[in-house]
Amino acid sequence: MIYREAGQYKTSYVDDQAIFPILQDKAVVLAAVAAAYLLVPAFASDYMYKAILIPTVILALAAIGLNVLMGYCGQVSLGSGAFMAIGAYAAYNLAIRLDFLNPFVCVLLSGFAAAAVGVAFGIPSLRIKGFYLACATLAAQFFFDWAFLRVKWFTNYTPSGSVNAPPLQAFGLDLSSPTAKYLVALTFTVALALAAKNLVRGHIGRQWMAIRDMDIAAEIIGIRPMFAKLSAFAVSSFLIGVAGALWAFVHLGSWEPLTFNIDRSFQLMFMIIIGGLGSILGSFLGAAFVVVLPIFLNQALPPLGALVGWTISTATVSHIEFMVFGALIVFFLIVEPHGLARLWSIAKEKLRLWPFPH
Amino acid sequence: MRLGMLAAAMVAGAASLAAPASAQNEQFVPLLVYRTGAYAPNGIPFANGMGDYLRMINERDGGINGVKLTFEECETGYATDRGVECYERLKGKGPTGASFVSPLSTGITFALTEKAPGDKIPLITMGYGRSESRDGAVFQWNFPLLGTYWTAANVAMQHIAKEMGGADKLKGKKIALVYHDSPYGKEPIALLDAMSKRLGFEFLPIPVPHPGNEQKSQWLQIRQQRPDYVLLWGWGVMNSTSVTEAGNVNYPRDKMIGVWWSGAEPDVIPAGEKGAGYKALMLQHGSGKYAVHVDIEKFVVSKGQSQAKPEEIGHVLYNRGLINAMLGVEAIRTAQAKFGNKPLTGEQVRWGLENLNLTAERIKALGFEGVLQPLKVTCADHEGARASRLHQWDGKAWKVISDWYQGDDQILAPMVKETAAKYAAEKKITPRDCSKDG
Repeated sequence: MIYREAGQYKTSYVDDQAIFPILQDKAVVLAAVAAAYLLVPAFASDYMYKAILIPTVILALAAIGLNVLMGYCGQVSLGSGAFMAIGAYAAYNLAIRLDFLNPFVCVLLSGFAAAAVGVAFGIPSLRIKGFYLACATLAAQFFFDWAFLRVKWFTNYTPSGSVNAPPLQAFGLDLSSPTAKYLVALTFTVALALAAKNLVRGHIGRQWMAIRDMDIAAEIIGIRPMFAKLSAFAVSSFLIGVAGALWAFVHLGSWEPLTFNIDRSFQLMFMIIIGGLGSILGSFLGAAFVVVLPIFLNQALPPLGALVGWTISTATVSHIEFMVFGALIVFFLIVEPHGLARLWSIAKEKLRLWPFPH
Repeated sequence: MRLGMLAAAMVAGAASLAAPASAQNEQFVPLLVYRTGAYAPNGIPFANGMGDYLRMINERDGGINGVKLTFEECETGYATDRGVECYERLKGKGPTGASFVSPLSTGITFALTEKAPGDKIPLITMGYGRSESRDGAVFQWNFPLLGTYWTAANVAMQHIAKEMGGADKLKGKKIALVYHDSPYGKEPIALLDAMSKRLGFEFLPIPVPHPGNEQKSQWLQIRQQRPDYVLLWGWGVMNSTSVTEAGNVNYPRDKMIGVWWSGAEPDVIPAGEKGAGYKALMLQHGSGKYAVHVDIEKFVVSKGQSQAKPEEIGHVLYNRGLINAMLGVEAIRTAQAKFGNKPLTGEQVRWGLENLNLTAERIKALGFEGVLQPLKVTCADHEGARASRLHQWDGKAWKVISDWYQGDDQILAPMVKETAAKYAAEKKITPRDCSKDG
């Protein structure tokens, strides 16, 4: 009833090719974007921005990047942390070596550096698949962990190996307030998510999905595996690289290689598994889930414990947090292996029939 | 995205539920602690010491000049992103916000150094953090009180020179540094490099990856290279692993010198007999009980309010927690003398820290006689004191084995100035003029 496309006729090619062909979809997405831009700044506190909103928005972009590679093209990658690191250090080096560049231009350019490296590390994917490819991308992770720790040129010879982002400014405006940072990160993410959505539904995205579903069959019908796989690596690394640069410049301000270690790669992988493989919306849901849940548990457990007269120490909270988080991941994988995005599409199916299900 | 907002709303709800109704005459102190993870053995006693001192001030004196202290712990797990989240969560609590923050992690310190000036909250990084942050003209909000890593490395080299019978004897010798591969462990490298050029010894840095419980190859390298001394810059499980491995390859433990973060009971007790003879720098203080412990015992422990195990009280890291809390409390007291006996903002506490002057009499009155040397912080010198000693583990207890050393400012000051200037240029900060600032 609410979600019914009957009566919505597509009378031109333009209508047929719209990103969101159904009115309800378009309305929901526009409302969500409008809320993110207008409603959130009206209510969010400093803490909400810095601890929840900015990390979620940036990691959602990284998750979209990984989803392009893993969810759409079916190439397993454990190197997303490394590509974030490349983005961050490329942006840093651009900013200090070409100091006339605006920091946000550096962020965008750093995506290309990550894309180039992504293509290089994607070459093994032409020969190997599955677990073996995971190992090859793991090599990228370890190699860049090592490079940013050891090659002092990347960190501009700072004694401790920790580097700082330049102050965030654009058009003479100071963009260092939490609201401004959030809006900047949101703009990058929304723009690139839109671009990614367009890519995956176009002919490139169809090639990726064909390769994912059966690479030999795809090759037989005329898809070039080399182009499809390497373009997926390039686009994915670009998005992850930009997210890494934003993480460094907008979120942290100062970072060390440990920020982008293997744990970050796993975190991104959890995001897309929980959110939904092969879904842009799923990347957002997964990022929100992974960022918010630990913080929520951490804050909600002591008051809940106090209700039943149980004083929970900070150590216990963090142990419980690990257990609950692990259990929830297992639960999701069993109950809904297609992730949160699948829940949303089930909800849409139900709304289509509501209130007269048959 | 919608789910995210829903969850965010839930968090906001939970947070408001968790926040107690704050009375007006309170001073809030956030405690960034870690009681879990690979660094917990060292994080726990420190956190207990800090909490116990603040409790004692409340119980014994009713707060600072009538202003009660409130505090809340947040678990960082030594992870930078969690530390930042904790800081954001706690910085606004209490009627005037956080008085000061002690992250107890070099990585978190680096991240908060970027945030503190905007939030106007001082960072007390006692014995850790950025070495160049001693320069208060550039690092207005950082206070690496009692010593930086460069001071530590300098003092360690002074002691080695003394054991060898003079600085000229260092020529041609080999000194290794086994370090935690993070900003923390890398801090002393710049200074040791400079000193090796000056004194002509060979410097051999050997990194250990986080968390440091796997060090076989590093110690084989040491057996191969046979350095004359090994400096240890570790934390958490890495320390005890290093001491054990040194025993396994039979490297003489009395030729090992740990930094003050590698010289506590959790670092040597797990190594058992292999730990005997191992030396470490002291952040002025060592283990043992002093006058202040009597009050801690009377007002906190006997009332069952301490989280510390009884045998842990008087251990090195517990004492360090006490000292860290004491310095913060004294900074608040100093600031109260200027701004009045009321809850103070972070900005006012910063003034108190910058004008902190602990004389020998004051230290005695506080119950820290024999633990600390006089300390005077100024705008140009946020370190306050550069004194250190060494102690040695005899298998059962730490014994002080050296006299006081002073960090050599002929080497340290120019390096601090140069690195701080570089930071200022990168961040486009104009340094304050310390001659004008009160």
